[in-house]
Amino acid sequence: MEKIQPFYADEFDVVVIGAGHAGCEAALASSRLGMKTLIMTISLDAIAALSCNPNIGGTGKGHLVREIDALGGEMALNIDKSFIQSRMLNTSKGPAVHSLRVQADKHKYQTEMKKVLENEPNLLLKQGEIVDIIIEDNKVKAVITKTGAIYKAKAIVIATGTYLKGRIYMGEVNYSSGPDGRFPSIDLSDSLSKIGIELRRMKTGTPARVHKDSVNFSVMDIQPGDREIVPFSFLNFDKEYDIDQVPCYLTYTTEKAHDIIRENLHRSPMYAGDIDGIGPRYCPSIEDKVVRFADKSKHQVFIEPEGLDTKEMYVQGVSTSLPVEVQEKIYKNVIGLENVRIMRDAYAIEYDSIDPTILKRTLEHKEINNLFFAGQINGSSGYEEAAAQGLVAGINATHKICDREPFVLDRSEAYIGVLIDDLVTKGTNEPYRMMTSRAEYRLTLRQDNADLRLTEKGYKIGLASEDRYYKMLRKKEAIEKELERLKKVIIGPTEKNNIELEKIKTSQIKGPISLYELIRRPEVQYDSTINLDENRGYLQREVRLQVETQIKYEGYIKKQMIQIEQFKKLENKKLSIDEDYSLIKGLSNEAQQKLNSMKPDSVGQASRISGVSPSDINVLLIYLEQKRRSVKSNV
Amino acid sequence: MSETIAAISTAIGESGIGIVRISGNDAFKVGYKIFKGAKVQKEEDIDNRKLTYGHIVDGEKIIDEVLIAFMKGPYTYTREDMVEIYCHGGIISVRNVLNLILRSGAGLAEPGEFTKRAFLNGRLDLAQAEAVIDIINSKTNKSMEVSLNQLGGTLSAKIKEIRDILFDMMAHVEVSIDFSDEDLDVSSIQDLEDKALIVKEKISSLLSTADRGKILRDGLKTVILGKPNVGKSSLLNALLRENRAIVTDIPGTTRDIIEEYINIDGIPLKIIDTAGIRDTSDLVEKIGVDKARLMVEDADLIIAIFDISRKLTEEDMEILDLISDKNTIVLLNKVDLSQAFDEDYFKNHIKNKEIISTSISNGLGIDKIEKTIKEMFYSGEVEVKSDIVVNNIRHKNQLEKAYNDIESFIEDIKNNVPIDCLDVDLKNCWRNLGEISGETISEDILDKIFSEFCIGK
Repeated sequence: MEKIQPFYADEFDVVVIGAGHAGCEAALASSRLGMKTLIMTISLDAIAALSCNPNIGGTGKGHLVREIDALGGEMALNIDKSFIQSRMLNTSKGPAVHSLRVQADKHKYQTEMKKVLENEPNLLLKQGEIVDIIIEDNKVKAVITKTGAIYKAKAIVIATGTYLKGRIYMGEVNYSSGPDGRFPSIDLSDSLSKIGIELRRMKTGTPARVHKDSVNFSVMDIQPGDREIVPFSFLNFDKEYDIDQVPCYLTYTTEKAHDIIRENLHRSPMYAGDIDGIGPRYCPSIEDKVVRFADKSKHQVFIEPEGLDTKEMYVQGVSTSLPVEVQEKIYKNVIGLENVRIMRDAYAIEYDSIDPTILKRTLEHKEINNLFFAGQINGSSGYEEAAAQGLVAGINATHKICDREPFVLDRSEAYIGVLIDDLVTKGTNEPYRMMTSRAEYRLTLRQDNADLRLTEKGYKIGLASEDRYYKMLRKKEAIEKELERLKKVIIGPTEKNNIELEKIKTSQIKGPISLYELIRRPEVQYDSTINLDENRGYLQREVRLQVETQIKYEGYIKKQMIQIEQFKKLENKKLSIDEDYSLIKGLSNEAQQKLNSMKPDSVGQASRISGVSPSDINVLLIYLEQKRRSVKSNV
Repeated sequence: MSETIAAISTAIGESGIGIVRISGNDAFKVGYKIFKGAKVQKEEDIDNRKLTYGHIVDGEKIIDEVLIAFMKGPYTYTREDMVEIYCHGGIISVRNVLNLILRSGAGLAEPGEFTKRAFLNGRLDLAQAEAVIDIINSKTNKSMEVSLNQLGGTLSAKIKEIRDILFDMMAHVEVSIDFSDEDLDVSSIQDLEDKALIVKEKISSLLSTADRGKILRDGLKTVILGKPNVGKSSLLNALLRENRAIVTDIPGTTRDIIEEYINIDGIPLKIIDTAGIRDTSDLVEKIGVDKARLMVEDADLIIAIFDISRKLTEEDMEILDLISDKNTIVLLNKVDLSQAFDEDYFKNHIKNKEIISTSISNGLGIDKIEKTIKEMFYSGEVEVKSDIVVNNIRHKNQLEKAYNDIESFIEDIKNNVPIDCLDVDLKNCWRNLGEISGETISEDILDKIFSEFCIGK
């Protein structure tokens, strides 16, 4: 370090460190909002890299992608350009858990995102490694690169993913590395420690990539894409997608594979105790699965294409940190992989992350002004989780610089709100993965209505375009109109109608009934009532879907709205950052301590902090009410 | 701006005077509207903080002769404008005055609302506020709760038991929502339904005890039925003689039906009486079968008396019909006289009812009646505590909500409603039960805390 001669290079409003999914969204948001932005990456070939699985979306995650899109983010648009298979999951279940998941052409995804970054006028995309962050008067000042370039910055977004002090593990072998053979970022870790940010180790893993020609697909179940392709972006809803979808395959591990794992467990760095980092419970390695579910004789394995221009196939379900020679044996004991040729070995990677409870819900550090964190460094896992945080960090970095209101989504507004609230309020001990079950109000937070929920917010921020906003308004209007119309279309118990009802497999009617009521029946779909509805005009698929969902689940949604109202009452009871909780009598010691260190925004947030009990919250409520009254009576 | 509220502030019981209180912005307006006194001819005549003599009037009709005090805020209990009306004691007068006040623009105070306003308006000092905080702390601290209040603790434990089942069910739902693709067993909808039925059963049995709680507060609505001269007035007198009367009827009221309160070892009975019973004329005859039927419908307990020295009559048959599906104690009275009554026929026509042979005029069987009443409502001896009873009103509401939630959940399972919708009711049920034990945090907590206080206090 001493040898480097630092020099002033340039000045930016926002500097984003890292060009993964979080970094890209953060940089695009701030630059599109008028901030002169620099995005720095260790490798220009690793922009928006899908370093692990080749898919975007899935339960919970698909919701995030849609929300990012509604707010004016890039992820959905980018995957719409580069997907090679599309599936709507859970269609047999209710609307809250329908989830879009697509297979990405990894290379194309990266290339397309790189193009977008390159074409953004306010954005400079640059290869290089940031080694130091300069803080002055508790506020960020500049970053310094490995080559000594000083870039002054009004705000910094740190989105380093798994690069910080990255270390790869394969059995007894381990070495310092970023993901997928790229350079790690070492010095920045020390710089963060120096400014008082505590770092801790997390771990994640990835399976091997195998050569397509070495796989015997004939013994596997083929998993084709959906016939009807639904794009991710609301902007693309009227586009026709006529692509040849590439299938995935489902197969299983064997007892033999499990035996090999058990015999070699002592060689797994996790079990040998070499790795301190905590891995994701929801994405376990194959050795974890074999240990934890010892009675299962087989586990699912999905073989997924990595792209159109490659014969590499991703082996979902068999991530491992066992030695390479053992990996080979395990893979060969998966049905259909008997002659497999591994192209990239499976590995586990350990990296530095922060405790996200040091962040505000804007993702800004609570004490260091204008320092933002997004993505895996905050303890999350997954591309979508990272992108969502990147978007929020990018918007808030801009708002902070421009002295605008912080942009915070609450738990009743978006999965993004749930994600960030969970991270900064509860913290996480393992890589945090989004799941539908984490959202309390999932019936209202559907992926199909993300535009209706969030486009207006994105438009007000200035990220969602006019085109997007009016598209949403038109859709909304069409839905409302159709709902009103269906209430007025009354069908009588005529013979003709009853024959039609029988045809669509629902019971006949004895008295007049509106179509609205009829669609409420579980077995009736909006589309199936077309012959009972002479004046039905053409409506877009998305509108029809909303109409049907809103009618069918009206009762449940109403109940949930009441729950949300109650939730909002507590969220709206704001707490001051200057509040000294040790002065509030009746609070438990633990609560006083936690509240003083966390400084929650609201009573609602306080109630979600571990160690703060319901009775503490009650004390807090009374305290606030007394305070309010005494202020009032003094006026 | 605070809404004007009113309540009876003295305990329901035998007393010389009863006090009705009004508090809020319109307290003076309401008080003036219903008060007529020589010294108060216009609203400006109201003398702050002076006791004034006069009458409470409903238009032209005099409701009661009272003393009234108008007190301007903030130097009042609630710091709002207040009116206190000192009526005649007992239940009828104060109730009539309160009803009139409610019709004149005030709302009925929630339990503890006066104290709540006092506290929130800064009238109560920090020490008192701390006492309130102590209540909250002990409320959610389970071990303390048990030692503080055995019945309350038992309820919390029961609630926890139900919530544990619900939590389990919720976890099950979440799992099947998120991990459908993976090979998890999702075929256990049946299991969810079974558990829901257990929850429903448990809530329902708690609700039946909550009903008992309400009875403890209001008195067990009891109707004595029987044809003329069967022994109704003797029974009433016998019960009154042996048990302290809490409230007796107030002469001069114009009501058809009056209520007698008696207390049998801590169980208050509110005997729905007609002036008629004392005249030994017949209830059914006097007020008509339809009205009698309504009263019987509304009653918690019926004591039906039959005279076995006479033959069964048409009226007896009517009474048998009225009581067929009600909680009834059947008295076969006048066992000291010779029997003219076909007891076997009678017993064949009466199912699942306590039958006691009595000779009321000789005091025979009165003990047994009292014992039976006790047994019918407590399956063990339960100590009556007024604060528990007040709690129970809120608990009951919460239990009822939770009951409806789980019922609609079960209904939806049967209708194959998607699992992510089911979950809304499940969560509501869990929340509503949690509000009883304080584990669910709710913004309405202040209202709950102050409902610990007695109404109007």
